[in-house]
Amino acid sequence: MNQTSSPPALEIRGLRKEYRRGVPVLRDISITFPDRGITAVIGPSGTGKSTLIRCINRLVEPTAGTILFHGRDLAQLRGKALREARRRIGMVFQEYNLVERLTVMENVLSGRLGYVPPFKAWLRKYPQTDINAAWELLDTVGLTPFANQRADALSGGQRQRVGIARAVMQGPQLLLADEPTSSLDPKTSVEIMELMVRLADSRRIPVILNIHNVPLAKRFATHVIGMAGGVVVYDGPPGGLTDEHLKQIYGGEDWLE
Amino acid sequence: MSTIQTAQARPPAFLPNWPTRLAWLALAAYTVYATSILNITWDRFVLGLGNGVTFIGRMLPPDTAADKMALMARGLYETVEIAVIASALGILLSLPIGLFAARNLMPAWITWPMRLLIALCRSFHQVIIAILFVKAVGFGALAGILALTVASIGFIAKLFAEAIEEISLKQVEAIRATGAPFMNVITYGVMPQVLTRFVGFATYQFDSNLRNSTMVGIVGAGGIGGTMFAAFQKFDYDYLLTILIAIIALIMLSEALQNWIKKLYQ
Repeated sequence: MNQTSSPPALEIRGLRKEYRRGVPVLRDISITFPDRGITAVIGPSGTGKSTLIRCINRLVEPTAGTILFHGRDLAQLRGKALREARRRIGMVFQEYNLVERLTVMENVLSGRLGYVPPFKAWLRKYPQTDINAAWELLDTVGLTPFANQRADALSGGQRQRVGIARAVMQGPQLLLADEPTSSLDPKTSVEIMELMVRLADSRRIPVILNIHNVPLAKRFATHVIGMAGGVVVYDGPPGGLTDEHLKQIYGGEDWLE
Repeated sequence: MSTIQTAQARPPAFLPNWPTRLAWLALAAYTVYATSILNITWDRFVLGLGNGVTFIGRMLPPDTAADKMALMARGLYETVEIAVIASALGILLSLPIGLFAARNLMPAWITWPMRLLIALCRSFHQVIIAILFVKAVGFGALAGILALTVASIGFIAKLFAEAIEEISLKQVEAIRATGAPFMNVITYGVMPQVLTRFVGFATYQFDSNLRNSTMVGIVGAGGIGGTMFAAFQKFDYDYLLTILIAIIALIMLSEALQNWIKKLYQ
């Protein structure tokens, strides 16, 4: 495919974020993300991985830089244009961020809230196509019998399945995941990663996820971004990630096996 | 040998808190002083007990004459009307006011005027507000309704705003991330987290309005209070007892209603 005719799905240029003036968490980040597959962002805690992900859908306001999503700068969007961009980007959270007192079905359908007008949403009058899609997604994530249970009755792994279903329910062109497995046990973590990969593959949604579990990243990612101290120190395939890189990313070497 | 030495050298585990001790001492001293200047004596208390017995004696048996019962029923009915309408108005107005006063969701230029409004609604007792409204709109139920609406806003909106300020913003963030417009963020991200508490505040305020609407009648703002006050002044203590019993029954009824509503919204 010719690069000039089709811009990459997501390209970040010169992204900078300061929560406090003069103390940048992200300094001059430039990344061109692959249009498909799983991109894992790895790096130590506090290095701005979450901030990077949250800048993309503007849950965090970038201080400077451009975020080109299908050729449009997300950093400049406001109001309705920003909401329309957000509904094309699904997000999965570390602590699931489900609405605890709503049912599983309500949580999954809340992925459509960017499309359904408030009064209809309040009355739970979703289009039948959305409802069918929600049932289908619940089948996929294996939670159909729990549809009418409240989210706070579920286990961690089940909740994250609902979180993924909600994000995919948006029909997104990009899926962000902020430490999606960090609150889960190792077995459930693998299951959740497998589920995300399966859904993203079958729907051709590119995924960007933060993860601090390096083996998990190497196992599932098709592309790896290594961050340290607010800058990108590795940008390439998981196979190219060496111990030298990991030393540079996390510092020290005693922890390496 | 060293253990004994260090044990001796250790400071006490709990330091004396002199400011609190002084504060308690000052409170005790002032209470004694205030009692002495307000002419509160044991003799007066004992004398009062005797008066009380006479008063209760004159209340019995309760007056149940047909015309007085009809008058009471009208008054009670108006009291319930005042409470219901004031609660409904108060709840409806408290929803937006409380929401706009929540500092975690709204910018300061909205929360400040809203918090000021709530503070104003709370600053006076219902009876004082009722007097103002009687002057403004004249005697009758309307003054009572307005006074209790103001009181309801002061209570429900304040607690509702505080409840919203305690919600988990993670759930709100997730709804925002779907591209939902503001109203959808409120109905899905915020309301589910605070609805049970809001229902709790609203039913409590309804109960409070019911009790207060028996009072605003004393200053001419409608309801059973007017009838009750007249009975007082005419020394109709037996009729007074009838009214008091009826009010107690009404409050107990409302208590049962509250419990039922709370179960409904668990």
